[in-house]
Amino acid sequence: MQRRLKITIVESDPARAALIEQSLLRAGEYELTTVTDMTRLTASIAAHNPDIVLIDLDNPSRDALEALTLASAPLERPVALFVDQSDADLTRLAIEAGVSAYVVDGLRADRLKPIIDAAIARFSMFRQMRTELATTKRALEERKVIDRAKGLLMKAKGIDEDAAYNLLRRAAMDQGRKVIDVAEALVSTAGLLS
Amino acid sequence: MTTHLPVGFLPLIDAAPLIVAREMGFDRAEGVTLDLRRAHSWSALRDMVSFGQVMAAQMLAPMPVATALGLSGAGGPLAAVAVLSTNGEVIGVSRRIEERLRANGHGFDFHDAHAAGLALIAAANGPLRIGVPFPFSMHAELLYHWLTALGLPAPAGVDIRTVPPPLMAAALAAEELDAFCVGEPWGSMAVENGSGALLLPGAAIWPGAPEKVLGVRADLADTAPEPLCGLIRALWRAGEWLADPSHRTSACAMLSGRDYLEVPDEVIDRALSGHLTITPRGDSRSVPGFVDFTRYTPQPQHAAWIGTQLAARMGLDRASARAAAMATFRTDLHSQIVHAIPGHQPRPSGFARSFDGQDFSAVLPE
Repeated sequence: MQRRLKITIVESDPARAALIEQSLLRAGEYELTTVTDMTRLTASIAAHNPDIVLIDLDNPSRDALEALTLASAPLERPVALFVDQSDADLTRLAIEAGVSAYVVDGLRADRLKPIIDAAIARFSMFRQMRTELATTKRALEERKVIDRAKGLLMKAKGIDEDAAYNLLRRAAMDQGRKVIDVAEALVSTAGLLS
Repeated sequence: MTTHLPVGFLPLIDAAPLIVAREMGFDRAEGVTLDLRRAHSWSALRDMVSFGQVMAAQMLAPMPVATALGLSGAGGPLAAVAVLSTNGEVIGVSRRIEERLRANGHGFDFHDAHAAGLALIAAANGPLRIGVPFPFSMHAELLYHWLTALGLPAPAGVDIRTVPPPLMAAALAAEELDAFCVGEPWGSMAVENGSGALLLPGAAIWPGAPEKVLGVRADLADTAPEPLCGLIRALWRAGEWLADPSHRTSACAMLSGRDYLEVPDEVIDRALSGHLTITPRGDSRSVPGFVDFTRYTPQPQHAAWIGTQLAARMGLDRASARAAAMATFRTDLHSQIVHAIPGHQPRPSGFARSFDGQDFSAVLPE
C-alpha cells in the first residue's frame, strides 16, 4: 500500500481553495492542506512538508516558492517546478490553464498525472471565469466614461445623445483611436476646465 | 501589416522601454505591434516565455543565467537579447531599524554605500534579514556583494529571503524583515504607506549594474527572426526617448496608466527624476543616474560576474558556470542590430566600478 500523497494548495480565496480540494478528492485519496495566508507561506509549507504544492501561475507568492526550490538548508527537501521531460505537454497545458505545481524530487509521473489533470481542469474554469469577469467590468467602466463624454458634448453643443455619440465616433475614426480613448481624453480635459 | 508580438512585463518603473515603445508607436514603426501582458511574478514571466505564451518578457538580469545553470525553471534555455535598464534598485529599512540608525548618528546621506552598510550592520540585532523580490535578482547579488565587502559573512550574518513586494510592507511591520531591496515604485510605496525609510540606491553600490533584460528562448535568439530584431530596435528608440529629460512628464503619464503601473504620476516621477522621498516625514535626496535606460547592449562581463557569484553560492564549478552564463547574454546580436540603425550614435560605455573598487571584468577569463 502506497502512502497517501500530501498536497498543499496555495490559494488566498477560501472558496476557490475549496473547489480545488473537491476536484482533487474526486481524482484520488490525498492528504490535503490549504495555505490562505501568504505571509505564512514558507512557514506553512515547511510545517506540512508536502509532496506537491499547487499554486496559481500568476500568484505573486510563487516567487517565494522559487526560493524553496534551492533547498539550501539540510532538512529541506528538493522541490522542482513540475516537469517530466517525457511529458512536456502536460506542463504546457498546466501553464496555459494557469496552474503551477512544485513537486518533490523523485515523485513518479503516474502518481502525479491524475493530480495535475484535476488541477488543470479546475484552473481552466477559473481562468475562463476571470476573463469573463474582467471583460464585463471593463465594458462597464468604458460605458460610464463614454456616457460622461456624451453628456459633456450634449451640454456644450446642445445636441442629442445620438449626435453626441456620432461625434465621438467620427473623432475616433479620424484620429485612428478607439471611442473610449477619445471619450477619456474629453472627460479628463473637461475636468481641467471646470 | 505589422506582426503581433505578445510580451510579458511586471508593473515596475523599468518596464518603461516596453511601455514607451508601445505608447509612442516605436513598435509599429519597426513593423511589430506590442501586446503587453501584465504578470505578477517573475516565475510566471519565465514560464510564459519558456512555454510560448509570450515571445519575450522583461526579466531580472540573473534569470537567464540561473536557468542556464539549472537553478531556475523547467523549460528550455533562455537568452538576454537587450538590457532594458541599469540600476533603479533601492534599499530600505524598517521604521525600527531607521530609529536605531538615527540614534547611532547615521545621517541618511543616500550616497555613501560604505557608511550606510556599516551603519546597517551595526543597527541589526543578530543576522540581518533582508527581503528581495526573487532569489535570482541583482537585488540579491548587490546585497551579497555590498555586505560581504564590508565584512559581514554570508550566509551566517545575513539572511536574504524572497518576499513578493506586495507583501514586503506587512513583513516589515511584523518585524520579520529588517530591510529590503526592491525596484521602484515599491521603495517609494513603502515610504508612502509609512512602512519604511530608504537607505541607499543600488547605483551607490555598483553604478551601471544591469537590472532588467529582455528575455527570450535561446532558440529564438539563435534564429533572430525579423520581429525580434524590430522589437530590439523599437526598445533602442524608447531608451533614447526616455533619456531626454523633457519627455519625463509624458513618460510618467504613460507609465501610470491603468494597463500598466496604476500608481500616481508623482510617485513614478521620483524614480525617473532621481529625486526620491526617503522617509515618511518627507526628507528627500537626489541621485544622478538613479536608473538608466540607455545601456542597451548585454555585456559579457556582467553575465560572467553573475554566473560566478551564483556558482560560488550554490557550490557549482565556477569556470563552467561562467561560460554558461556568458552564452546567455547576446552581445553580438544586439550590437549588430542597433549598429545598423541609421543615425545610431554609440554611447560611450561607462567603465563602472563598485563602491569598493571592484570591476565586473575582473572575472573574465584571461
